[in-house]
Order: sequence, then structure tokens, then C-alpha cells
Amino acid sequence: MIALCVLGTVAAAVALFAAGAAFGRLSARGGRAKDLGTPVERATFHTLHTASLAAPPLRAGLTEDTARKAARRLRSLLGTHALCLTDQASVLAWDGSGGHHRAQVMEQVGQVLENGRSQAFPVTCDDMDCQVRWAVVAPLTADNGALGTLAAFGSRESAVLVRATNEVARWVSVQLELAELDRSRTRLIEAEIRALRAQISPHFIFNSLAAIASFVRTDPERARELLLEFADFTRYSFRRHGDFTTLADELHSIQQYFSLVRARFGERLDVTLQIAPEVLPVALPFLCLQPLVENAVKHGLEDSVAKSRITISASDEGAEAVVVIEDNGVGMEPERLRQILRGEGGPSSGIGLCNVDERLRQVYGDDHGLVIETGVGAGMKVTARIPKYRAGVHSGPPLRRQPRAD
Amino acid sequence: MNQAYAVAAVAVVVLATVLIGAYGLRISRTTSDFYVASRSVPPRLNAAAISGEYLSAASFLGVAGLVLAQGVDMLWYPVGYTAGYLVLLVFVAAPLRRSGAYTLPDFAEDRLESKRVRRVASAFVVGVGWLYLLPQLQGAGLTLGVVTGAPRWLGGALVAVVVTAAVAAGGMRSITFVQAFQYWLKLTALLVPAIFLVLAWQGDGAPRTTFDEPATFRERTKVTVEQTLRLNIKDPLGVAVHGRIDGVRHTGDKVALPPGPHRIDAGTVLEFAKGTAVPEATNGAYSSAGSRWSRPLSGSRDDHPLYASYGLIIATFLGTMGLPHVVVRFYTSPNGRAARRTTVVVLGLIGAFYLLPPVYGALGRLYAPELLLTGNTDAAVLVLPGKLFGGVGGDLLGALLAGGAFAAFLSTASGLTLSVAGVLTQDVLPSLGIRHFRLATCLAMAVPTAANAAVSNLPVADAVGLAFAVSASSFCPLLVLGIWWRGLTAAGALSGLLVGGGSALAAVAATISGRPQHGWPHALLAWPAVWSVPLGFLTMVLVSLATRAAIPASTGATMARLHLPEGAAGPVERVQGVGQ
Repeated sequence: MIALCVLGTVAAAVALFAAGAAFGRLSARGGRAKDLGTPVERATFHTLHTASLAAPPLRAGLTEDTARKAARRLRSLLGTHALCLTDQASVLAWDGSGGHHRAQVMEQVGQVLENGRSQAFPVTCDDMDCQVRWAVVAPLTADNGALGTLAAFGSRESAVLVRATNEVARWVSVQLELAELDRSRTRLIEAEIRALRAQISPHFIFNSLAAIASFVRTDPERARELLLEFADFTRYSFRRHGDFTTLADELHSIQQYFSLVRARFGERLDVTLQIAPEVLPVALPFLCLQPLVENAVKHGLEDSVAKSRITISASDEGAEAVVVIEDNGVGMEPERLRQILRGEGGPSSGIGLCNVDERLRQVYGDDHGLVIETGVGAGMKVTARIPKYRAGVHSGPPLRRQPRAD
Repeated sequence: MNQAYAVAAVAVVVLATVLIGAYGLRISRTTSDFYVASRSVPPRLNAAAISGEYLSAASFLGVAGLVLAQGVDMLWYPVGYTAGYLVLLVFVAAPLRRSGAYTLPDFAEDRLESKRVRRVASAFVVGVGWLYLLPQLQGAGLTLGVVTGAPRWLGGALVAVVVTAAVAAGGMRSITFVQAFQYWLKLTALLVPAIFLVLAWQGDGAPRTTFDEPATFRERTKVTVEQTLRLNIKDPLGVAVHGRIDGVRHTGDKVALPPGPHRIDAGTVLEFAKGTAVPEATNGAYSSAGSRWSRPLSGSRDDHPLYASYGLIIATFLGTMGLPHVVVRFYTSPNGRAARRTTVVVLGLIGAFYLLPPVYGALGRLYAPELLLTGNTDAAVLVLPGKLFGGVGGDLLGALLAGGAFAAFLSTASGLTLSVAGVLTQDVLPSLGIRHFRLATCLAMAVPTAANAAVSNLPVADAVGLAFAVSASSFCPLLVLGIWWRGLTAAGALSGLLVGGGSALAAVAATISGRPQHGWPHALLAWPAVWSVPLGFLTMVLVSLATRAAIPASTGATMARLHLPEGAAGPVERVQGVGQ
């Protein structure tokens, strides 16, 4: 219901603006500068313009900073001597004269917030010159109840002021509602990224432990080493804080992954690395290469009996690092791959690819999804282009801490 | 000079660069050993790469040329070029690395959370890059001209084509090793001939008194005038002439020129007797009037030598941190501490290199004074071996120097082109999409190439000084205040960049177009850093104070990230910026 209201208000405002803009253009085409509409129309435009100026700060929510910016515009909209915006506990911004009435206003704000209806009341003041004699306090409400109030002050009691204040408060409420929507959209995106955060597959844990178990009697020393690798690998994979890591750390984890896979497949796995050392400090989403490597191993080893070769390369291309993971495995029908990337591949196959692709797109934009070249029996080549810098992407150790042996 | 050796040396250097670019020949680690493959670039290697990319035509040729023409005042150039890294080390290196920014616009966006500041910073990166590329192309034209007699534009065009092709084809991937090699190549190319030259000078009886006198020809010297000269002769001058002087044609006869102005047409060959003082060209860089070469501030160059020195010092000390191709190299360091250590090594490497150009300048004063007449002083480094040795030995040393000089143009130009093209692709022409890197590369090179054709005769080191001045007036305030002052706002940074950098850029444009030639207006515009750097700082501070309410919400978190050593701090909650 409220959303509908919001939409309705926005649509009406847009329609009015469009009409105003069209009118303005028409009159400009007429070439007569004086032909700016009737005084009533001009007043309407002026009001709409002032309102549009007040909107952007309010769209960022109700804080001291945004309230201060908005209060100035709102006061000129109402044409009062003073105007103040409060949250539930304190005055956020006071524009105009009579700032010494703050405490007095806050007493009334409590009541307004409680019953959710606007109130008008006289203000007592010892200062004869003070213009603030009468106050109207209207609540600002959003989805989850009253956020604060808007108070307008005049020199006398006036029904017009009460009505205008109520209307402006309703308009401000709509803006705050929109701000709330913006915030939940941001939260949704963040939650999505978090939900997409790759998980290592339970199969891998099971297989690794089985492989380690097979060494316990024959080669206890190796079993111990493998267990330590396993511990390291899981610690990295299960860590909770920080959404980003460095290419160096990710490669480190891939190394541990490979030593566990080798325990199972021995010499059938041949890995070539070609890493430009310049790109090792590049920040990238946590666990976004490991699933690709896991995929390559799966295609190369588990689905065939031949020797598998996997090439991992990272090169420096100016503002981007290009990571390529290539295997000579069974490959895949391109149409099937398209299905997987659309998320229609079914639960069994290639969750990793789809997941990594989506996360890269979320973080870096649609230009930076995975590029996959494959064909049946032709192996698979996965390319990821990772920008060296993107606002908000920091592998920054102040955000996380990982003790390293070296 | 025997052209074959020199051409061969230049060809080898050019060919190597083309191959590296075209085939992406990477000296990166190809191995299955993860431990080796995932080790980052050690500070020493990175430092050599930074030095290799940094030491440009201005360092290789220009410094010696200026010292030759104008004396010890010009030693501020090598001092400033080096000391810039000291400032970088103390104020910028580690925090910049910790910011995670790859380019300067990245830093601006990261610190101030403003796309507008980012865009303006990008524009300045492109401006500084172009200003810095211009002298590289000029130096290349000069070198090729001296070595083979090719016209001036050819060398610049050659470097432009080679660098554009290499960068566009391969993106010059993974060039840390190559750039590090270039440093050692340049050092060797300058050091070995210098040793021989100093030995030859010793063998000549180590003449040094001549440093203070007006430069004189030490033996019979033939000078070919390439561009029409206007001489202002103080004392009567006897000279043998093939060609036209003051509109009169001579064919090898001896002419006594009376004091006063004279015009010598291009193509004329003058033959000076031993012991003749070098006459003063009115459009050249050299003026003997009242100047003493070995005494600083003796008023040879400008009407206001002290002011000019300060201008130079401020520009070079503070400008290094804003050079786009230097900044991106710090990203290679794994953390802030490594970045700092890298800078220390750079100081050592560059300091060692800069001991050499003044040697060439001083020896050039003694053995190649005719360069003062033609104004071609930047060629001093290249012609000296031929003057002192002759024969195959001189040719080989000359070839080594020519090869080293070309390495200097190519490495600096490719680094700059890469940076400028990257910024053009990312920020200036984003509508074209990421795939238009090649187009951006062509554009990045086309502008300075065109400028090179339009502007000739700007001394190489002077042109580089202008690039430093713009960088010092725009990026130095942005970096220093951005890193060390919480109060910086986007509006402040924006206006500081525009006022400081913009005014420096305007001054530079006026200087290059040659507007005011004399007096204070000339000095103020030719050395803008003295006033434009404080102007930039002041604007940034005042506007930031005026817009105090708009300090980015996440400033605290960003500052913590910039200044806390990696791993020393516990997890810091990122403060969600309001409305971001």
C-alpha cells in the first residue's frame, strides 16, 4: 500500500515536471523571455523546483548532515521564520531564528511521536523580538513507524501553516521511505554476494580425508603433512571475515588443494604455472579461482583416465590482471555450458562456474564475467579479467588478519 | 662517427623492444613450483624496474646538455630528480601502496569517494603524461639525427611507432624484468664510456682552468650550421666560411666578422681556428655575458637565476610522486613496508646514475664547445667519444651511448604510453569500452607526436621540468593532503587540482608557445612551481575547510587502512558511507 502511494506520488511529480519542462521548452521556442506562464504557474514551478532541490539530501536518510542541507530548502518551501528537523531523541537541524527553543520543541516531539499525529502549540518566549510564537510539529513516518518530526514555526497561529506543514511532512516521509528502499536494495546486494560466497564441496573433504587415511599406515609422515595442508586449506576456506583476498593468498590455497588432489591421483596430474609476479598483490573476491581449478581437475581427472594437464596463468595487462585456467579434459557442449551459466544446469554440475561468474559480475560489473572457451573433447579454457583497483575492493589486512609462515 | 655501429646498436635495442611487446615475451616464472611462482617481486628488482622506467631522455642526454651550456646551476636537475624519491619515501610510498590504488585517479576515488575528482585527476595524468612524452620524442629525434644524420622528426616518429606497436600489441606485459634490465643497460651505457672519457681527459693533462673562461675551441673545428643562426658577436671574429653569411656567399675564404649581429644561413660550414672563443647565438641557449660556468647563480640563463633554481627544486622534489608511470610500479610491492624499502633502493640506484651526466657536461664544455654555437647541447653525450677517441674505439663507445639513449626513450615512453592509454581507456573514453585499449594507445601517442612536430628547440630537460611542475602543483597536494590530513574534501581536492595544476598547465602552455621571452613574466611562467604548488595546497586546504561538512563518511576507515601496517591491526569495521 505504502509502496503504491510512493509510486503514485513519484509518478505525479514526474508528470508535473514533464509538463513543466515541455511548457518551458514551448515558451522558449516562442522566443519570448517574458512568457513564463501566469503567476500561479510560476509559483508552482518555483515550489516544485525547491522541492526537487530538497529531495537529494533526504534520499540519503535522516542524519544531521542531510537534515541540515534539507532544512534550508524546506524552510524556503514553507516560507516560515524557522524550521527544524528532529529524530526521535534530538534536534538534527534548526534553520532560521529562534534556536533557543530547541529544548521546548523536544518536549512536544515526544507526544507527537507517541500518537503519530501532528500538533500545533504556542511557544512561550521572554524575548520580545523573537519571531517564534507558534509551532506546528508533524511526524515523519516510514515503514517501521515514526523516524522523527518536522517542526515549523510562525509568529501567529495559522491554519495554513498547519496544513502546509502536514503536506511537507508527508512529502519528506515519502523521500525517507525511498531512502529506506535504497538501503534495503544495497543490503540485498551485499547479502547476495555473501550468499554466493563459494563453499568448498563436501565431496572434496570426504575424498581428501579418505586419501589421507590410506597413507596413515604406509607413510605416516606424508599423512601428517597432508593433514596439515588440509587444516590450512580449510582454515582459509572457512574464514568468516573479509570478502576479498589477494591473488597470492588464493594461489597459496590452490597449492594446498593440489597437494591434496595429488594424494589421490598421484602422477596423473600435471600442473603448469605461469604467474607474472606483478599481479600477485591484486585483490579479488575470496575463493573465486579455487572453484575454477576444482572444475578443471574434475574435467581432467574424474571423468577420464588419461593424464591430465592443467595450466594456470596470470598476466599483467595494465589496469587488469588476466587469469587463465586451462585443462585438456573432456570439455563440454557449449549449449550445456550456457545452461549452467544461466543457473539451469541442475545441482550436480558446474555450480562453481556459475557462482564465480555471478560474483565477478556483482563486484566488477557485467564486463568482467568469466569467458569460457570449450567444446566436447577439446578441454576448457576459463578466463577471468580482474581490475587491479575497484572502489570498495580491498584485500586490506586491516579488514582481516592472516598469519603467514613467510 | 661511424654510423654502422650506432645504427646497429639502436636497431638491437628497438628490435628487442618490439619483440618483447609483440610476443609478450615474459621473463616470468614458468614452473610448477607454487612456492617460487607465488613469490612477489623483491624490492631490489622492483627498484631497478622503477629506475629503468624513470631514467628518461632528460636524464640520459638533457642533464649533460644543460650542464654543458649553463654550468653548475643545472646540477639541481639530477639532485631534484633523485630527491623527489626522498619525498616520495617519507610522505607517500607506503600509504599509497596500502590504499590499494593502482593509478592516481584510483587513489583520488578511494580516498575521496568522488567520481568527479577521479575524472579531473585522470585528465591531469593524461596531461602530465603527454608533457613528459614530448621530450622523449624530441630526444629520440636528436639522437637519431646525431647518429645517422636523419631529419629531426624521424627519430621521434620511430620511437612513437615502436612504442605504440609494442604497447598496443602486447600491452607490454610483465615488464618488471625488462625494465630492470633497461636500468642496468643505461647505467652501463653511460658508465663505461665515462670511464674511458675521464681517462682520456687525464691523458690530456686534465685541463680544468678552461671551465671558468668563456668556452673556446681547443683545436681547428668545423661546424655545420643546421638551422639558420643569428649571432651576436662582441669581439671581431675570424672564421673560414663555406656558405652564406649576412646574405653574402663564401667558398672557403677567411672572413673577419665585425662586432654586431650576423645571420648565418642553414647549411653553412664554419671553420674556427684553435683558441677562438665560441660566439654567442641569440636564439641559442648559451650566453657568455657575465656568466661564470662554475659559479652558481651567476646569471647566465635567466634574469632571475635564484628564482629559477627554487622553481626547479620545488618542481622536481615534489613532482616525482605524481608521475603516472612511477606510481603504478608501487602496486607491484606486496605491502607498504616493501614499497618503502623499494624506494630506498631506488634512491641508491638513481643517485648512482646521476653522478655520470655532469661528467659528460663538463667534458663536453672542454671538447665539444661548438654545440654551444648550434644550440644542440643535448647531443653532448653522443658526440664526446668521437671527439676524444675517434677510430673504432670511439665508434663503439658512441654506439653504446646511442643504444643506451634509445633504451631510455623506449622504456620511459612505453611506461608513459601504457599509463596514459590505461587512463584514457578507463576514465576519459569509457563509452568506447575496455576493448579499445589499442585505440587509446594510438591517441596517447598521437598527441605528443603532433606536438613534437610543432615544437622544436625546447631543451629536453626543460620540457621534463615543465611536466614535473604540473605534477607537483596538482598531484603533490592531492597525495600529501589526502594521506596526511583528515579534513580533505572532494570539493577541496577538485578545486586544488584545478587551480594549482591548471595554473601550472597554463604557464607551461605559455612557455612552450614562447610568449614572454624576458624578465619576470618569463621567469614566473617558465618556473611555475614556486607559486603554483603553494596555490594548489592553499586552495585545497581553504576549500576543504569551507566545505567541512562534506568530509567523506569513511575517512576514518580509509586513514586507518593507509597508515596502519598490514597485519598490525585487528579487523576494522568498515563504516558504511551515507548514501553511497
